Amino acid sequence: MDFLSIFSAALGSAIGPIAAIYALAAIGLNMHFGYTGLLNFGQVGFMLVGAYGVAVSVLTFGLPIWAGFLASIACAIVLALLLGIPTLRLRADYLAICTIGVAEVVRLIYRAPVARDLTGGVYGRQGFADGFDDANPFTDGLDLGIVSFRASDLWVMVWAWGLVGLATLVMWLLMHSPWGRVIKGIREDEEAVRSLGKNVFLYKMQSLVLGGVFGALAGALIGLNQQTVTPDQFMPQVTFYLWAMLLLGGAGRTLGPIIGSMAMWFLLTLFDEILRGLDSIDMLPFFGGPEVGAMRHAIVGLVLVLLIIYRPQGIVGDRKEMLVNVK
Amino acid sequence: MRRRLVTVLLAVVAAILASTAPAVADDQGGVNVNGQIRQPEEVEGIDITVFKGDEEIGKATTDPAGKWDVELPEPGDYRVVLDQKSVPKEFVVDDPPGHELEVKVREGQQRTVVFRLAPPGEQESEASPSESKDDEASPDDEGDAAGGIDSSTPFSSQVVQATIAGIVFGLIIAVSSIGLSLIFGTTKMINFAHGDMVTFGAMMALMFSTSATFGAMSLVPAALLAVILGGLLGLGLERFVWRPLRKRNVALIQMFIVSIGASLLLRHVLLISFGAQRNKYADFRIQELLTLGPVSISPRNLSIALLAIAVLVAVGLMLQFTRIGKAMRAVADNRDLSESSGIDVDRVTLYVWGMGGALAALGGVFYGLYESVHWQMGFHLLLLMFAGVILGGLGTAYGAMAGGVVIGLVATLSTLWFPAQLMVAFALAIMIIVLLVRPQGIMGRRERVG
Repeated sequence: MDFLSIFSAALGSAIGPIAAIYALAAIGLNMHFGYTGLLNFGQVGFMLVGAYGVAVSVLTFGLPIWAGFLASIACAIVLALLLGIPTLRLRADYLAICTIGVAEVVRLIYRAPVARDLTGGVYGRQGFADGFDDANPFTDGLDLGIVSFRASDLWVMVWAWGLVGLATLVMWLLMHSPWGRVIKGIREDEEAVRSLGKNVFLYKMQSLVLGGVFGALAGALIGLNQQTVTPDQFMPQVTFYLWAMLLLGGAGRTLGPIIGSMAMWFLLTLFDEILRGLDSIDMLPFFGGPEVGAMRHAIVGLVLVLLIIYRPQGIVGDRKEMLVNVK
Repeated sequence: MRRRLVTVLLAVVAAILASTAPAVADDQGGVNVNGQIRQPEEVEGIDITVFKGDEEIGKATTDPAGKWDVELPEPGDYRVVLDQKSVPKEFVVDDPPGHELEVKVREGQQRTVVFRLAPPGEQESEASPSESKDDEASPDDEGDAAGGIDSSTPFSSQVVQATIAGIVFGLIIAVSSIGLSLIFGTTKMINFAHGDMVTFGAMMALMFSTSATFGAMSLVPAALLAVILGGLLGLGLERFVWRPLRKRNVALIQMFIVSIGASLLLRHVLLISFGAQRNKYADFRIQELLTLGPVSISPRNLSIALLAIAVLVAVGLMLQFTRIGKAMRAVADNRDLSESSGIDVDRVTLYVWGMGGALAALGGVFYGLYESVHWQMGFHLLLLMFAGVILGGLGTAYGAMAGGVVIGLVATLSTLWFPAQLMVAFALAIMIIVLLVRPQGIMGRRERVG
């Protein structure tokens, strides 16, 4: 058991590309849940259309990467409209069921044999990120002593953290604008906002689209980071990870999702590495090998339960803001 | 089969780890290709050669853990060839991916190349790793269960068979989802963990009926024990999780999130305890079809259907005529009003959870018999249960029954024209149409929404 290497792996994952990507998707979820009070359990659906937006437009239609990003955003807007028009007028619980269902249906459609020409079916898409790699200005990796990153990671990190910064700025400006006050008003008391003559449905829809676009950008970055997308990366568990991160950091706070994502990845990697270390010296009594991965999901579930019970506002949240009621 | 699934999962995990864990992979510098032969088991002594064009760059032999790696001079396109002569006789090289792969190695990359071995004769049995990892449970993947839908039979008899299969499947959904609907009615909470309570029942029955510790009892007593345990699980959840949370005035949205957390926890604890493979119950596996005119059905599916109908009727009678049943309907209809008219709402809620858990476990056993037992079976069924419950009207027991049967029928009939993978999509499409047109469902009462 080498504690220094375990710690450095955990630190590396907390500031690495994956944490940044999840932070971006969690910012979208924060727009939905933290500010508007929408129960979106299907954020992974937006990530999926985002990832395939880049992959399909580069591979199938031969477009450049930047056009792929535009396609991702367009796909997210279409998905948000399709999802929002039937469900946003309904109670929060219906929205929760519909979002989880729609995200799963999108995944099933993308992996279905009928879509194989476009999406590659279960095999997914590979080799669309060459243009992205060719533009990489980093030639060497970065070694900070404790943690080190490869050149390709650095390039993804620049984009991912850059987009996280941009999204955070956008969110901060929006939430301190009149628009943001209406959005928060919807979270607190939808009827009151409606009685003031605001079109609640329209505001909710704008929130759904904006948060969905952040999710799609995160999905596109996942594709570029891994050089490959398959539909089964986008299982509903991903959404629950995002929820755990958002609640850990603090919903309804600008920095909540970022802190949550970094803290979560730090803890998850720490936990994983310790379990693996124990496994390699045969110290685990009941399980080992592949079950370590399942253990991590179980821990995420436990974190969700305990957070809600004991600290619903998360690390930086405001407890009063989290007393959201069902609308 | 079981080992193959596990190893395929391993390969996927290995591939993901290799592509996402920079700190682990990048400790040597330079470029190389590497891999590990561990499918179906770690094999030592397999020769792997790397070519660039026709020039041999390097050669490696797998070590006792099946690992190999070859250092490369520079990034570029390489051809990695596995020497089939060095493969032990028990295995052949699986295709895809085959024994020869073209790879592109980028700057600074530790490229992982996956070769797979398989026992002879099995290598082409699966279309793709991800399909076997997570194929959407489709009733017609086993001819006898669904009554033998295959393309050679005339279309009219396919329709008849699919209808039968759909009714059986729908009855399973109905049995499992009564609890979901009544729990919503009594507590206004959507129990996202309901699917995993279904899995719990199926897994418990599997454990009792196969494990030697329990004397490998036959399925019927095993199922009874599983149903009792499922009921206890429901009671326990209500008593020790939900009731304390309600007493703390935790808002409903937070309760949803807790139930999602509970479902993740329960699902993965089941995965860790019982593994990721698909299992079938030992009993009632292969049966002669009973044929009656155009209709043929296996005795197993017939008994599932008859038992499910009996259970549904019993639950219906209980809700209609007994004191506790009436109280359940009253609380589901209006919690405050029933509390003020002297009903012990907490006690009724506890019974609803117990009954819901037991019925979910029973549905799980049925579903396991109908298809197979798998750690994600409940989650797949959950989306169909939601569709059924919303179609019938959230909060009503009879609505859940009717909605479940309709959803099962539609989902199964859709496989006549469309790929079986999409059957969940059709069920959810119906749900969304219902939400647009009649949000309260077929049997729900209109209330002010939105």
